[in-house]
Amino acid sequence: MPPAAAAEDNYLTHGRGILSWALTLDHKRIGVMYMVAVLISFLVGGVFALLVRTKLLFPGEVSWMTKDQYNQAFTLHGAIMVFLVIIPSIPAALGNFVLPIMLGAKDVAFPRLNLASFYLWLVGAGCAVWALLAGGFDTGWTFYTPYSSTTAYQGVIPVLTGVFILGFSSIFTGMNFVVTIHKLRPPGMGWFRMPLFLWALYATALIQVLATPVLAITLGLLAIERVFHVGIFDPAMGGDPVLFQHFFWFYSHPAVYIMILPAMGIISDIIAVHSHRHIFGYRFIAFSSVAIAIFSFLVWGHHMFTSGQSGLMNVVFSAITFSVAIPSAIKVWNWLATLYRGSISLNTTMLYGLAFIFLFTIGGLTGLHLGTLNTDIHLHDTYFVVAHFHYVMMGSALIAMIGGLHHWWPKMTGRMFNETWGRIGCLLVFVGFNVTFLTQFMLGSHGMPRRYYLYQPEFQIYHHISTGGSYIMALGFVITGIYLLHSLFWGKKAPANPWGGKSLEWQCSSPPPHDNFATTPTVGDPYDFSDLKWDPATGGYATAPADGAKTSRGGH
Amino acid sequence: MSAIPTPTHDAHGHDAHGHGEHGHGDHGKYPFLRHHFDTPAQQFDSAKLGMWVFLATEILFFGALFAMYAILRFKHPEVFEYASHYLDTIMGGINTCVLILSSLTMAMAVYFAQRSKKGPLVFCLFLTLLGAVGFLVIKYFEYTHKFHENLVWGASFYKPVDEEERVIVTTPHQAPATLAEQSTAPDLSPGAASAALVKLPAADASVVKKAALGPGGLAPASGSPEQEAEVKAEEATEKALPHLLDPKMPVNTHQFFAIYYCMTGLHGIHVVIGMGMILWLMWGAMRGRYDGNYYTPVDLGGLYWHIVDLIWIFLFPLFYLIH
Repeated sequence: MPPAAAAEDNYLTHGRGILSWALTLDHKRIGVMYMVAVLISFLVGGVFALLVRTKLLFPGEVSWMTKDQYNQAFTLHGAIMVFLVIIPSIPAALGNFVLPIMLGAKDVAFPRLNLASFYLWLVGAGCAVWALLAGGFDTGWTFYTPYSSTTAYQGVIPVLTGVFILGFSSIFTGMNFVVTIHKLRPPGMGWFRMPLFLWALYATALIQVLATPVLAITLGLLAIERVFHVGIFDPAMGGDPVLFQHFFWFYSHPAVYIMILPAMGIISDIIAVHSHRHIFGYRFIAFSSVAIAIFSFLVWGHHMFTSGQSGLMNVVFSAITFSVAIPSAIKVWNWLATLYRGSISLNTTMLYGLAFIFLFTIGGLTGLHLGTLNTDIHLHDTYFVVAHFHYVMMGSALIAMIGGLHHWWPKMTGRMFNETWGRIGCLLVFVGFNVTFLTQFMLGSHGMPRRYYLYQPEFQIYHHISTGGSYIMALGFVITGIYLLHSLFWGKKAPANPWGGKSLEWQCSSPPPHDNFATTPTVGDPYDFSDLKWDPATGGYATAPADGAKTSRGGH
Repeated sequence: MSAIPTPTHDAHGHDAHGHGEHGHGDHGKYPFLRHHFDTPAQQFDSAKLGMWVFLATEILFFGALFAMYAILRFKHPEVFEYASHYLDTIMGGINTCVLILSSLTMAMAVYFAQRSKKGPLVFCLFLTLLGAVGFLVIKYFEYTHKFHENLVWGASFYKPVDEEERVIVTTPHQAPATLAEQSTAPDLSPGAASAALVKLPAADASVVKKAALGPGGLAPASGSPEQEAEVKAEEATEKALPHLLDPKMPVNTHQFFAIYYCMTGLHGIHVVIGMGMILWLMWGAMRGRYDGNYYTPVDLGGLYWHIVDLIWIFLFPLFYLIH
């Protein structure tokens, strides 16, 4: 394909019509479809969050939301955000788009499996709607037995089906990424030449593949328990309800790392590219991702410190939980060291990157409070826990996803967004987030339990502040949505390399051609920015004549 | 191992057609080579690694059930020791042999596919399919026998599910004579049993639960009206459920059957999926899709079939051979 034609023909214009999207095997289009679907779910989950926060403005009963509706609203918020938004957001949406290009491959190893993964996601989302039509569910996103196996709400089985199917969607993505990274690296792309986002996606994919089946079988057993009353989770019949919690968290704790690891990968790339400085401690960051993946399977018991688990197990799980802080801190220090004496561009993307470091540090450190056995007895099931995991899941994982969306937005759409509005949006989200959730740390340490509809009047001031913060955050997201949509139609045309990145996706045009690379890409150090020069004519960066090792794809 | 040709080896006599736009010589030479792979070897290795990753998920899928088995057995060792005697070791043993033999024929199918021998390939796949069918037929006889004896899961272990009034409510058109027959000598097909179970409401199950502790003689004495109901229920079911008459039966024996049906049932589903897969492979083999250059689906199907076999090899001693 001649270069001139490549500039015209990109993946967005390669084939037209609905069917060319619905039946596409192109990882970029699947990534974009995933992104749209995830963002719509994010909107829905966010509306439920705002409903919950608005109810909590008042300590007593409110006329417009009953207790049952409240229980359903926070359950839906949790289930949608976890299973439909955060878990697929970075790997399946951004990862799908970026991974093969970063690697220098034409596609993921199994394109049809990739498309199947997206359709399974749609079926899973459909099951969530079915659950609502069947009467809803109020179990919380954790489905603890024996409540979930006896509650009268008829939406439980549909939602279990949905999460089961979403699990396979996640497994398919994970399988694809593991095999792609192992087998589709072109010559010259060694393991230690991969951008750190790929290391993070690889570690994530391992967790997806190894943890998700356990969730699938657990939910299957719960469905069997609910329909046939077999008694495996029922203490009256010789079963064990805590066993369900063990099984559930054996998946769902690693799932937290499915959310955070790719986020850390994005941040590693954002920090390096936007401070125009070689990443500090590449191997440490890479191996800490794998270390976190391994630790993730050994800490699930810290969710059951108060469930009657044996004292010895509590101590062991507490100790391993603390060890997760080591690889996490390694990453944070390396990011800070990368920033040190860097030439930092304080653009929207970088602001999200810096926000991540700030919020993740708070989220991570408060995790140590909860991992400590005696403080956990006090803080268990309070707003402190809610604030902690929102700092990690939303303040870190979702903020990184939004940051990554901005980072690759020019690459995905071929358009530049408005920087001024971008910074305003980021600032509102950051401030709103902290107002919402810092307050909840105080609420929790004062003893406000999570998930309660009614509360003591003395907590009202905290709830007012928290709800106010959530409105500020919502405003920030609305502004972000508006300028991103605006840029699709009226944004400036994006150059191939607007930020000065060095990984392979910045070597192909924006948006990339159907086959990713019109010419064979040169694989070099993804963080060596020394030979990039700002070109005012295109508004992007261009490589000064490369003297790095020239390699060719395919070898013929 | 060196005797086995790898897919990289020369592709003799393949017409070059299609895939011209990519300009890769190999894509013209190997019509099965997909556009994002550079060589047949890369495609084969990717597929194989993908299959191994998938098998890892399968192992964890069953792994949770094995963990559950371990925990339940640790909690109720006497139940497992006792209830295991209700399983038919002969039938289970035959099934184990059938599956191992079918794994052998599957391995031979891969061997013949690698050597482009179409006839023996189809024949071996057919033998494997026969093994799968044989396994399921024997399993069917085992299951129906258990259902006859009411050796089932949960509360229904202690009480037949075709309770008279419930049947009247659900199927009013049925003749009373049939009903009487059913209540005295339950002759349940598995389908009917599960259908009736679905209709059993939770409230009912809690009543049954109390009765459930009764037959072993270990339950604490409950209130008199409940006790009477219990006695009545027992009288009604004594003839139908001989296992309840055994005074040696430990409490919570139903747990053994719950995990037994979960694990062998899930394994059975995998066998059914495997049968579909073998049929698809046979169809492809008869159309001559596989040869020494391209036998990836047969190879991967073989891997899947071996894991199904392997899981059964663990299930058999864990359930049938407890002493």
